[in-house]
Amino acid sequence: MLRFLFGRLWQSLVLLVIVSMIGFAVLTLAPGGPLSQFALTPGMTQAQLARIAHQMGLDRPLPVQYWEWFTRLLQGDWGRSYRDNQPVLSVIYDHLLATLLLMGTSTVISVLIGTWVGVLGALKRYSIFDYAATVGAMVALSIPTFWFGLIAIYLFALRLGWLPAGNMYTIGDGSVLDYAVHLIMPSLVLALVNVAVWSRYMRTAVLDVMNQDFVRTARAKGLTRWAVLTRHILRNALVPMITLLGLQLPTILGGALVTETVFTWPGMGRLFLDSLGYSDYPVVMGLLMLSAILVLIGNLMADVTVAIIDPRIRLG
Amino acid sequence: MTDMAFKADPAPTQRWWQRRAVRRFLRHRLALFGLAIIVLLVLACVIGPYLLPFDDLYIDLRARFAPPMTGSHIFGTDPLGRDLAARLFMAGRISLLVGFAAMLISTVFGSLVGIVAGYYGGKIGAVLMRFVDAMLSFPSIFLLLALAAFIKPSPIMITLIIAATSWMEITRIVEAEIKSLRERDFIMAARTLGLSNSQIMFRELLPNAMGPIIVAATLTVARAILLEAYVSFLGYGIQPPLPSWGNMLNGAQQYLDSAPWLAIVPGVAITLAVTGFNFVGDGLRDALDARSDIA
Repeated sequence: MLRFLFGRLWQSLVLLVIVSMIGFAVLTLAPGGPLSQFALTPGMTQAQLARIAHQMGLDRPLPVQYWEWFTRLLQGDWGRSYRDNQPVLSVIYDHLLATLLLMGTSTVISVLIGTWVGVLGALKRYSIFDYAATVGAMVALSIPTFWFGLIAIYLFALRLGWLPAGNMYTIGDGSVLDYAVHLIMPSLVLALVNVAVWSRYMRTAVLDVMNQDFVRTARAKGLTRWAVLTRHILRNALVPMITLLGLQLPTILGGALVTETVFTWPGMGRLFLDSLGYSDYPVVMGLLMLSAILVLIGNLMADVTVAIIDPRIRLG
Repeated sequence: MTDMAFKADPAPTQRWWQRRAVRRFLRHRLALFGLAIIVLLVLACVIGPYLLPFDDLYIDLRARFAPPMTGSHIFGTDPLGRDLAARLFMAGRISLLVGFAAMLISTVFGSLVGIVAGYYGGKIGAVLMRFVDAMLSFPSIFLLLALAAFIKPSPIMITLIIAATSWMEITRIVEAEIKSLRERDFIMAARTLGLSNSQIMFRELLPNAMGPIIVAATLTVARAILLEAYVSFLGYGIQPPLPSWGNMLNGAQQYLDSAPWLAIVPGVAITLAVTGFNFVGDGLRDALDARSDIA
């Protein structure tokens, strides 16, 4: 187990280094690079620009710059926002919780719904329900998340008036119930795609497990259908789903970005777009790196969890 | 060597539409439905603008916010009084073209990387695949937006950026396929005959991996159309006045209450196009994969 853990940890570190190189390349290869914000200042001369470049260390060889940037990154010094000169990490931290709340709620919803849609589809294979779920999942995967959000706002906020059209809480209220009401629409909209993905994989996983010998044994010894389903089929079918959850993380994060924009949710996605609008590159870079790091951590956690549950993985 | 002809037996006389894969595809109702959607959409976007009495850029401030079916505005007009149908079809040309072009670029590039990584394996393969893993760690929309914001957006640059963020899936698929094909007897035979590495890769391995590549390419069109819509909706993609399905939705949210058709019409077009390609991709997967069961 320890050997597996270290191996997996080592892989993640290697990936982190490559991820940081890609991030650095995006920042450096951008036209103008970190200097572009100064270049727009009226009356800026070439000599002054060169001096700023020297002060920022931009005239040194790229590997040196990268090393400096990367070691600072590891020490938690992610630079300062161009907008308000706050440290990037603290700016992001203010928005991180809102995004995690949205992603967490949405993921719980999609796992619950997706699991049962998948299980029912597998148990009643080729039924009308199974067919509808298959087609429905493919259509759901084809709907742009932001557009689905717009339609939901139009129906449930503007026409029916049941739910608020955006924001995380009402100013002056902020009770748990108020948060919950604001959370319903964005988390359901974000869940749509994941329910589709989740139910498809779950259907396949259940079909895989359903015809194995231990399920037949469980039936033969007289367990009820429910007991066979929950204790034997589901427990085994859910193991590969943990890996899937890890793999789905970038999609969920990306979806959160778009959903937050439509519902004016004060999370990382909105921060990302606002920062793009202000050409606030340190924050943009920070968010790009943090999202990749979150994904790496998520995948690592998924793999370790699977290894703890399923002893076959560790040996392989 | 020249007169040693290794000619394959003449293939049994069979037209392309009699092939098993084609027959299986034609029996796949959803795939045919998807194909019909795509054909109709492409036809509408190619021919549509010539049939409509309006130009997509013609501004008529007296006819602002006309709801659908007013006069000859079948889909109504936008805040500047431009005909929505004319804009929708012109936008479709851009969106579909960007989708196709991004698919072509990312499929060719992704397959190349996948073949090299799968065939050589070892250090080269490991380095290439770790790079793929790292690229996949970024949510593609974040990466796409960061690149699009740095670079001056033009349809070609947007296409390139979308391609740059969607080739990795294809690389993974091709690499896995090539890795398993590499150990087969026919590759050993090819090696024994003295074929060069590039001949083995492109004449022997690539044709055998074509099935999964075609499936992945079809799904990549769907993905590219969606990505274009996302970036353009957020304002960093195709720039107005050039219409695209994404940027038509860009201003729609503020008129959601008074002019909902501005949001509904382009969104339905995107959903239809993406659904079409996803259905066709799914049908191709069933048709080309002999193991899959077909209902």
